[in-house]
Amino acid sequence: MKIFAMLGRYFLGFIGEIGGIFILLWRVIRLAPRIFRNIGKTLIQMEKIGIGSIPLVLVTSVFVGAVASVQSAYQFQGYVPLRFLGAFVGKSVTLEVGPVLTALVVGGRVSAAIAAEVGTMKVTEQIDAMEMIAIDPVEYLVLPRLAAATVMLPVLTVFADFLAIIGGMIVAKLVVGVSFNTFESGLTMFFRYQDVVGGLLKTFVFGFIIALMGCYNGFRTRGGAEGVGISTMKAVVSSCLLILVANYLLAFLIFNVIFAPD
Amino acid sequence: MNESCEGSIISIRDLYKRFDRQEVLTGTDLDIDSGESLVILGRSGCGKSVLLKHITGLIRPDHGSILFEGEDITKFNRQKLFDMRMHFGMLFQGAALFDSMTVGENVGLPLVKHGHKSEEETREIVLEKLRLVGLTDVYDSYPAALSGGMKKRVGLARAVVMEPQVVLYDEPTTGLDPIMADVINTMIRDLQNELDITSVVVTHDINSAYRVGDRITMLHEGKIIYSGTPEEIRETDNEIVRQFIEGRAEGPVRVV
Repeated sequence: MKIFAMLGRYFLGFIGEIGGIFILLWRVIRLAPRIFRNIGKTLIQMEKIGIGSIPLVLVTSVFVGAVASVQSAYQFQGYVPLRFLGAFVGKSVTLEVGPVLTALVVGGRVSAAIAAEVGTMKVTEQIDAMEMIAIDPVEYLVLPRLAAATVMLPVLTVFADFLAIIGGMIVAKLVVGVSFNTFESGLTMFFRYQDVVGGLLKTFVFGFIIALMGCYNGFRTRGGAEGVGISTMKAVVSSCLLILVANYLLAFLIFNVIFAPD
Repeated sequence: MNESCEGSIISIRDLYKRFDRQEVLTGTDLDIDSGESLVILGRSGCGKSVLLKHITGLIRPDHGSILFEGEDITKFNRQKLFDMRMHFGMLFQGAALFDSMTVGENVGLPLVKHGHKSEEETREIVLEKLRLVGLTDVYDSYPAALSGGMKKRVGLARAVVMEPQVVLYDEPTTGLDPIMADVINTMIRDLQNELDITSVVVTHDINSAYRVGDRITMLHEGKIIYSGTPEEIRETDNEIVRQFIEGRAEGPVRVV
């Protein structure tokens, strides 16, 4: 019987979490027009989330492109001519690796930072203090972070796509022995703008998920330092999982419905 | 009974609250008179802060009513609660100053948001309130640079900056040395006299209770079990209250 009780508790807890996320989402939607009053705070968050993540995105994407190049060349051996290397690297980067890996690394950094900041504010009663002076924490804390992450993740992804392709190109030349010209002709051979646009469309949703999970878990923080640690971990885990699930759903929607092949 | 008593600015009736399996408030009744300085005494973790947060609508009760000027705030929507809170100021246990703002910005935030004052007027009012708590030279400092006592004084300045009708103090002297505790107690008294406000002080510091209270009540096991003036409480034969004010481990309240 104990196992059923435990499963029941987990299930109810899970339903409670989903409910909590939707309540926060509903409050965000209702307060969305007030984003224009909070442009200053949004710009600050854009700088923190966007500019602050550039070094991380830079290193990640250059190496991702490099790995994509080396491993594709390895798999092509004897089957596919290397002049298609650019096409393969370009497709995989713009469609999948660029958006998803950028979202995962930026998600880890940003959702943790948001959850820790909001969680600390919660346990030190700063959120209550905000409520006491009739300032809505959702307007003041959540809206700017959501807007900033939703706008900045696609920007970072453009940057990541570009760097990953450059990284792939350099490694193709130095390690695999494919010239820049050959790589570039492969890249343009099968290029469809829908790939880049579809990949970027996904990142708007990923950015939203990252900030939402950071804020939600921050608001749910209980206790002291340990509570902040738990919230931070939950924010990272939940944002990464939701990004992966959303990635499938969005890929299905975008590439099978919106940009469906003729 | 679901009406506020004559002269009461806040009336709490039959309040119940539980967190998970822990019952915190179990039918609390309390009337707070306009202009009085009321102390709510109680052991750590007995639900004093929870009661205080109910008064401001920061926590919703499971059952019961809280009347502020005759209106039941437990039925208020978010906007009405925000409107009501304009009449309240609150000093939090850890001061709850916003880390990312300077002292001046912290104290001035309510005015910036709701005061409709010019920048110069806001600065003047903030400096005046900081003067009331004896801290004019920290206007541009960040909270991280302040001591515990200074933070509480800044929190106090922020609590009264909108000139509220009611100021709530959550453990105002906890964590302070006795001299700073007395400074805070004196300030609570002075602010009440100067600004003509109703004060509700939650504490387990009996010396602080004697210093600031016109009336002292005691919360025990989720109910108000005693109410009287400082003189009356000193003479009370209520065994639980006696054990508390004398600070004895032996008595009707068993800890271990």
